[in-house]
Amino acid sequence: MVSFNLSEVIKKYTMVIALVVIIGIFYVGTNGTILLPQNINNLLSQNAYVFILATGMLLCILTGGNIDLSVGSVVCFIGGIGAVMMSKGMNVWFTVLVMLLVGVAVGAWQAFWVAYVNVPPFIATLAGMYAFRGLSNVVLNGYAVSITNPTYLNVFGGGADCYIPDFFHGNGLNITCMLAGIIGVAIFVIGSLRNRIAASRKGYATTSAVGFYLKLVLISAVILFVTYKLAGYKGIPTSLIWIIIVVLAYHYFTTKTTMGRYLYAVGGNEKATQLSGINTKKVYFFAYTNMGFLTAIAGILTVARAASAQPTYGMFYEMDAIGACFIGGASAYGGTGSVFGAIIGALLMGVINQGMSIMGVDANYQKVVKGLVLLVAVIFDVVSKREKK
Amino acid sequence: MGNILLEMKNITKEFPGVKALDNVNLKVEQGEIHALVGENGAGKSTLMNVLSGIYPYGSYTGDIVYNGEVCQFQKIKDSEEKGIVIIHQELALIPYMSIGENMFLGNEQGRKSAIDWDKTYAEADKFLKMVGLTESSRTLIKDIGVGKQQLVEIAKALAKHAKLLILDEPTSSLNETDSKALLDLLLKFKQEGMTSIIISHKLNEVSYVADHITVIRDGSTIETLDKTVDDISEDRIIKGMVGREMTDRFPKRENVKIGDIAMEVKDWTVYHPQFSERKVVDGVSMNVRKGEVVGIAGLMGAGRTELAMSIFGKAYGTNISGQLILNGKEVKLKNIKDAIKHKIAYVTEDRKGNGLVLTNPIKINTTLANLSEICSKHVIDQDKEYQVAEEYRDKLKTKCPTVEQNVGNLSGGNQQKVLLAKWMFANPDVLILDEPTRGIDVGAKYEIYCIINDLVAAGKSVIMISSELPEVLGMSDRIYVMNEGKMVGEMAGEEASQESIMSCILKS
Repeated sequence: MVSFNLSEVIKKYTMVIALVVIIGIFYVGTNGTILLPQNINNLLSQNAYVFILATGMLLCILTGGNIDLSVGSVVCFIGGIGAVMMSKGMNVWFTVLVMLLVGVAVGAWQAFWVAYVNVPPFIATLAGMYAFRGLSNVVLNGYAVSITNPTYLNVFGGGADCYIPDFFHGNGLNITCMLAGIIGVAIFVIGSLRNRIAASRKGYATTSAVGFYLKLVLISAVILFVTYKLAGYKGIPTSLIWIIIVVLAYHYFTTKTTMGRYLYAVGGNEKATQLSGINTKKVYFFAYTNMGFLTAIAGILTVARAASAQPTYGMFYEMDAIGACFIGGASAYGGTGSVFGAIIGALLMGVINQGMSIMGVDANYQKVVKGLVLLVAVIFDVVSKREKK
Repeated sequence: MGNILLEMKNITKEFPGVKALDNVNLKVEQGEIHALVGENGAGKSTLMNVLSGIYPYGSYTGDIVYNGEVCQFQKIKDSEEKGIVIIHQELALIPYMSIGENMFLGNEQGRKSAIDWDKTYAEADKFLKMVGLTESSRTLIKDIGVGKQQLVEIAKALAKHAKLLILDEPTSSLNETDSKALLDLLLKFKQEGMTSIIISHKLNEVSYVADHITVIRDGSTIETLDKTVDDISEDRIIKGMVGREMTDRFPKRENVKIGDIAMEVKDWTVYHPQFSERKVVDGVSMNVRKGEVVGIAGLMGAGRTELAMSIFGKAYGTNISGQLILNGKEVKLKNIKDAIKHKIAYVTEDRKGNGLVLTNPIKINTTLANLSEICSKHVIDQDKEYQVAEEYRDKLKTKCPTVEQNVGNLSGGNQQKVLLAKWMFANPDVLILDEPTRGIDVGAKYEIYCIINDLVAAGKSVIMISSELPEVLGMSDRIYVMNEGKMVGEMAGEEASQESIMSCILKS
């Protein structure tokens, strides 16, 4: 059994600890405003696109530090298509399907050049960044197109009613939301315990009991805290549902499936992966096609939240996603990183943004701080790796 | 004896775990051509790296006396200032720059703020003439042949005002005409008073140009032969190079029955992937039987790795032709996946570069080549994966805290074991092991040999490519000798000796 080693824990969860510290700082700096229910709600729904895009970007980065610069433009392009289709009175679900398909097609287009023609991803997606920004303008004809369809807005997190309704009509506290939190915690705790028991029954090495239970309690507490806060506002925003689905699905995908494994292997050592009989071109193709798919989801959520599509939407979204991945511990050389890491990175950026906004820091300085945070996170990563050698 | 230009006294250089040089002494006279010979890994290149300052003063012990003064080179620039210029085996020219730009790279002509290109090219042309090249120095490197590139390297050295020229395997990539021209150029320089040290495997060339020949073996100087006094025939030099005692370094293999032919290649020819007119493997035929260890001996660059990888589902080369016969049936392997399916495994010589994902744990590396074995519908059974990794850890006695450990943190020997485990888990019938014991210590080597014995005892076939002759001799039932892309000899394990293999190579 591995003993509970404090320095190991600190190393492993540096960014989580950093997140807690930063929340603490802003809690003091904003006199607690940052943890008000409404602000927590905003933090999650405002950054929905970052969570989704960072997940997709992580998969690209895993293959060798490759990034996708086009996602901001593609978000706008796909959002534009959706808004225009709905403004012409087309069926919501048909529209959503088209948006997703266009996303996959755009992804596959770029993935093809990257994987099979060996165009460097940076260039292939830079081209996409220009082209799809231009096409967004074409689709929207240069104007803002507003979205009024209530079903679309409610389901994808826009407008005033984009919350899971409270079936129990709690007074001041959304009981459905609270219940969901409790059920979520129960599933998480039972699942973790079952895995641990199964593992120790088969005689596998398990992590230390103290660490395990501590982690269990802390994560459960965070879930309950967040759901309690959300319950005190309007309940679970629908965009959060989409975030949770995507994050859990891709966490499973990257840790449990063969394709997920190949993403890490290609980034860790492409030559060795090739010599293990794995088609590495397919892996690249998958990563970028998938990015297109998730970009479509981000596009759907983005225009829903704004209840409109404009040719300028999605600017610098790619940078937010890339930044979140690197802050979350993904290696710029590929091969290491995790979906949860990227989510922590995205949260960190989100908290800093929101905290500074509440404190009234000038928007220009906010950018400076964000840049420095990214730099520090990567310096930390590089230095801690050097120490290991 | 004439004037001593360079003397290296008691040079000892250690790398972690290995003593690369052990009290080496070398004396070079003014105006001579001094040859340095020895097997792969004997320490020749290390010695020259010490001399040129690549390994700075302080990282080795011993003295370098050059031109009567003790030198303490910190970097290459220091030794170049004294006129010691080394030309490495791999050409260090940049293909998309002109000859002139390459020659003065790091030594630019003109002022710091502005390179004087007219002067650069005029100077370059002057030195090119000295080495007998008529090309304009404005020609791009990629547009001239390898032979001429080697001459450009020498011109570059001359431009640095070289007084002592060190050439590491200068003819290894040249054909015979180009080699002859280069050697004659060296002889011409000698007439003009230049001193050279040449490292070469080609003993006929050594006999042709050298005045003195120093033999290095296992990091120690064995002897220095003088052309005017000693016999410097090839056989005499070979004797010096390989004359080591064979001790009990190999586990005995008992009661292994050698069966039918498991894999055979006939008239196998492979061309270089980039320079598609260059034959890398040339009409090779060979076979391996069940339960047999077949060694392939040869020098670096003989085409052994290329042969193995081209067999392994065309992992190397273009225009591959020839027959591949598995268990009596001819097969065509489309890709590596296909090769693995046909139960062939290739265990690379470069475990860090081509073999392992260093940032991943042992268990993930172990299953990578055969992930479908532990999957259902593309979902990995991680319990099973753990079990598999544990099983091979026990079987191969890999030393690690847990199989969750990243492979990058293991020692070379243990990394090699993980690599072997990975390919054993792919359950092949024929394993091609490329330099399976490179860079690992003696104890780990012995364990790898035991694993090889277990494999053949289980009826597998093993092809072992190795540049270490004692290893080839100690482990193989049968030995092929390969040189310059061709099979130049085949002998039974017990009949072979280091001398017979070396002369096979050197006289081919």
